[in-house]
Amino acid sequence: MKGDTAERVKTVAEINEKIREGNVCVVTAEEMKKIVEELGAEKAAEEVDVVTTGTFGAMCSTGVFLNFGHSDPPIRMQKVWLNDVEAYTGIAAVDAYLGATQQSEKSQEYGGAHVIQELVRGEEVELRAVSRGTDCYPEKEVRTVITLEDLNFAEMVNPRNAYQRYNAATNSSSRVLRTYMGTLLPNFGNVSFAGCGEISPLINDPDFRTIGVGTRIFLCGAKGFVVGHGTQHCPGYATLMVKGPLKEMKPEFMRAAYMPGYGVTMFVGIGVPIPVLDVEMARALAVRDEDIKTKIIDFGIQRRDRPVIREVTYAELKSGKVEINGEEVRVSPLSSVYLARRVMEELREMILRGDFLLTEPVERLKEGEPMKPLRVATKLVKSVMNKAVTVSPETDVRTAARLMIEKGLNHLPVVDGEGRLVGIITSWDIAKAVASGKTGRVGEIMTRKVITTHPNEAVEVAARKMESYDISALPVVDGSGKVLGIVTSEDLSKLLVR
Amino acid sequence: MLFRLKFDSKAVKKPVISMVTLKTSALVNIIRAEVGPRRGELIVEVDDEVADKVENAFRELGVEVCRLEKKVERSEECVHCGACVSICPVEAIVVEEDGRIEFLDKCVLCGNCVNVCPVRALSLPV
Repeated sequence: MKGDTAERVKTVAEINEKIREGNVCVVTAEEMKKIVEELGAEKAAEEVDVVTTGTFGAMCSTGVFLNFGHSDPPIRMQKVWLNDVEAYTGIAAVDAYLGATQQSEKSQEYGGAHVIQELVRGEEVELRAVSRGTDCYPEKEVRTVITLEDLNFAEMVNPRNAYQRYNAATNSSSRVLRTYMGTLLPNFGNVSFAGCGEISPLINDPDFRTIGVGTRIFLCGAKGFVVGHGTQHCPGYATLMVKGPLKEMKPEFMRAAYMPGYGVTMFVGIGVPIPVLDVEMARALAVRDEDIKTKIIDFGIQRRDRPVIREVTYAELKSGKVEINGEEVRVSPLSSVYLARRVMEELREMILRGDFLLTEPVERLKEGEPMKPLRVATKLVKSVMNKAVTVSPETDVRTAARLMIEKGLNHLPVVDGEGRLVGIITSWDIAKAVASGKTGRVGEIMTRKVITTHPNEAVEVAARKMESYDISALPVVDGSGKVLGIVTSEDLSKLLVR
Repeated sequence: MLFRLKFDSKAVKKPVISMVTLKTSALVNIIRAEVGPRRGELIVEVDDEVADKVENAFRELGVEVCRLEKKVERSEECVHCGACVSICPVEAIVVEEDGRIEFLDKCVLCGNCVNVCPVRALSLPV
């Protein structure tokens, strides 16, 4: 009958039956793309039952719920540290949540991720807990050594993992930036990107037909589940909240990490099996890196809405070089395609062995909504700046000194005939000039290289500039260098007492 | 072949690279250079066939020559993420077809990758 294959629907139950019988056809996402290319989507849908997808990347939103058991006398643990890394204890007496990015109180390069890794590797971890003591939990302090074996319960629960795609990063500024996207070299010196592109789970099921609440997944070597969509789940950038038993995880599918200058994070390996229910699914599974677009974002601008430098595909990013402003820029991946492949292969083996059955989602993931920003009152320089009293390079140093005394100022921007900034003099410059007998024109003693701000810069950024250059005022200039005002460290400290 | 050249205040005053080039007719490619008033340190590349000749010529001018035959060392901790790839000034770190990160022999031991590795898998050879 015509259209028979196009309408053909395989159910998850039928696929599971094949897994039990040992005649299921499972391929990795990479193999599936070739199969669809060679045989077409219809034939591929007929032949292939399950496609394994995978990712292995730094996922900060990772952590574990732990239950330590009760000591004698018992303690209600109000604060808990594991190898000096604090875990959250605002839950029941001996329960805690240890976040991967939580820093040790002793070293910034060690954190929750390292503790989780040591537990999975079977190593001993020091547990310290304190309490004020209650009638039912009299003990006030506990200090002992534990291993994963000793714990009653250890479940990894990650609020946001497995991004469908992620923005790439670059840096237009003139200094090296140490970010969660790795080290970004100045002047567009490099680009870094995260995500595994065409083999990533969510990119292969964009309508969430099979990945949903309750989907059984591969999480760091263990069988885990999708809890629901993750935090910051939004269109095109879907995420998953996942969980899985820590005691069944394998060290080779996770790795504690420290992004230099930024902080601790954790590489997590996630595999999701996608049942090929019909032709439409086979088509979605054929998605290629060439089709997956993302943006390169400029981390040189330290605001929430960082400028988009350009659109780019995962194929371009994976090629190792992208073009920015006509120049070839080298690219670093941050996710491991090599280990994502091992995840996909391991998951395939588990399914072929009959060790891993597929599930139907209990509920579909929602579409997601655009991310709402956190509203904080962003104070801009224009709201705190003052009118600047300016002088010209020709002004007599004595006149400038008198102006400072009369107006109670420590800084005078120096401008040309059109009001454009050419330098600055401070009361210190004048003191130095007097001490060395140079009391001629302002132009002879002024500082020519002036650090400036603009009216729409956030006051926090202006404050950071003053701090990093060790100065106490910034002339406020417009695009053409015309002086619009001045902002001083006193103006900023007034904000604090308001 | 890569050489690390170190020279003191005596040799630093002489145009050693040009002198060696004129004497040996070998092409000397400067990879990195730090030349101060009292001492200098250069990393240069020359063809393997002329390596001995060039090395001797530098030594005659009082330059300390060290052959860079080792490259950055990597431990089992490496997850092949590639954070190091774009940091390497001489493009000695590449992503292989199978997704593995490989270190090529042209490594100049600058140590940049060691400092950006998220899993501390890299180190300079002793």
